[in-house]
Amino acid sequence: MFADYTWAELGSIFAMQGFSGLILFAVLLLMALGLAIIFGQMGVINMAHGEFMILGAYITYLTSNLFADFLPSLFDIYFFIAMIFAFIGTFLLGMLVEWSLIRHLYKRPLDTLLATWGLSLILQQLYRTVFGPREVGVSLPDWMMGSYALTDTIEIPINGIIVMVITFVITVGVFLFLQKSRKGKQARAVVQNRAMAGAVGINTAKVDRFTFALGCGIAGIAGATFTMIGSTGPTSGQLYIVDTFLVVVFGGAASLLGTIASAFSIAQAQSIMEFFLSGSMAKVLTLLAVIVILMLRPQGLFSLKVRK
Amino acid sequence: MLEIKDLHVAYGESEVVKGLNLSLKENEIIAVLGRNGMGKTTLMKSLIGMIPTKSGSVQLKGKELSGMKSHDRVAAGVGFVPQGRMIFSTMTVEENIETGLTTTKESKVPEELYNIFPILRDFRKRRGGNLSGGQQQQLAIARALASNPDVLLLDEPTEGIQPSIIKEMAHTLKEIRDSHGLSIIVSEQVLSFALDVADRIIVIEKGKIIHDQPKDEVDEEQIAKFLSV
Repeated sequence: MFADYTWAELGSIFAMQGFSGLILFAVLLLMALGLAIIFGQMGVINMAHGEFMILGAYITYLTSNLFADFLPSLFDIYFFIAMIFAFIGTFLLGMLVEWSLIRHLYKRPLDTLLATWGLSLILQQLYRTVFGPREVGVSLPDWMMGSYALTDTIEIPINGIIVMVITFVITVGVFLFLQKSRKGKQARAVVQNRAMAGAVGINTAKVDRFTFALGCGIAGIAGATFTMIGSTGPTSGQLYIVDTFLVVVFGGAASLLGTIASAFSIAQAQSIMEFFLSGSMAKVLTLLAVIVILMLRPQGLFSLKVRK
Repeated sequence: MLEIKDLHVAYGESEVVKGLNLSLKENEIIAVLGRNGMGKTTLMKSLIGMIPTKSGSVQLKGKELSGMKSHDRVAAGVGFVPQGRMIFSTMTVEENIETGLTTTKESKVPEELYNIFPILRDFRKRRGGNLSGGQQQQLAIARALASNPDVLLLDEPTEGIQPSIIKEMAHTLKEIRDSHGLSIIVSEQVLSFALDVADRIIVIEKGKIIHDQPKDEVDEEQIAKFLSV
């Protein structure tokens, strides 16, 4: 399959596919970060995670319309404001869901799967009713469009660069938050042993609500970013939820570094193989590789070694 | 100081603590002895609120604790060192102690805690799960002390710890009592440790206190009989 191309062409193909892999990596990582907190850390199987992401995308869509109609002079920077709105909106919905649904199910992990699956159906129908079944697209300000020509044959899309910068900032932010802040340390303690965390003075109910909502808020940001590379429909979230779980499980639950490494390898493998093979074949090979590796290392790529 | 009146604790229908009365004075150390399954751990867990109280009252300095959630009890002045230590194993020693600071205004681990347990200062960047059993026990005590409790509850602190360290622990606990002015309830199966550390020895059987004596008057043989299977 490589025979039809010259070396220079192959180089360019790898560079550009590699770059589009990086964009996929960024979106997967943003999605997976939220899920790594909710599923990897708290152990809640959140099937509605994709719908939280889509809510973020719809909020971005609404914000862009709002700016286009009422504040056209600020349209250039609307995206960053939309991202903040997306975070706040999904964070609040996450708090509501935790309070009304999830907190009753911490001791019944499989039931959370059913409950959140039901929630995802409800949300999908809600989006369909409110926004209509057709996909909506967001218009980006001019400066985010186009691409940057690195050489004659290699072109790098600008929105891709923005997606990556955002992902980098959010990832570092989440990492620092969990490692260094008082709230982050409390969240880690609750995740490890809920009863004991209460017995050292941590209000576990409050921390749980905050942690879950934070994961949802990050999904909202992922949704906002998602609008730059795809169009938003009521069921778009479904396409990403399996990949996202795959990333979290493959990376090793409870390890942020693992999540990053696994999102990177899955996205790159996917994107480079897609160019030479068909999309579904690429998916088959990726899944196969993941399954084999998980059979050899059930704990995922990275896991902490400590005495229990 | 701590007044327990007619305390009943049950798992569903099976009642484990059946009408227990106990009064802990300021600066007093009480050892609760008893065989396996007699309600020691249940008593401890119910005092910190991990198991709900069925009926009866627990008052700390006149404040009713029963019905409160664990974290509110910690804020009210109860510190808890559970059986099996239950430290947060993937967090560092320093982070483990910091979780105990939640109910206080502090954000930095007080030097004084490290002075009591110097080994924790040396190991503060290590993960809690990589410490030895004795070191983990010190960490669990330091974590409980971080919230500045008035009453410290220790559930079988000697379990799985080598004898030389057990001796040292009795000494440390008494030292903490004297320097911090706190009261301690410690549940135990090891009689020698209980006699070493406590001012008063209590034996519980089937959820009730069947023996209560100041240490100086204790007849070791008689208590050993209560503990023998």
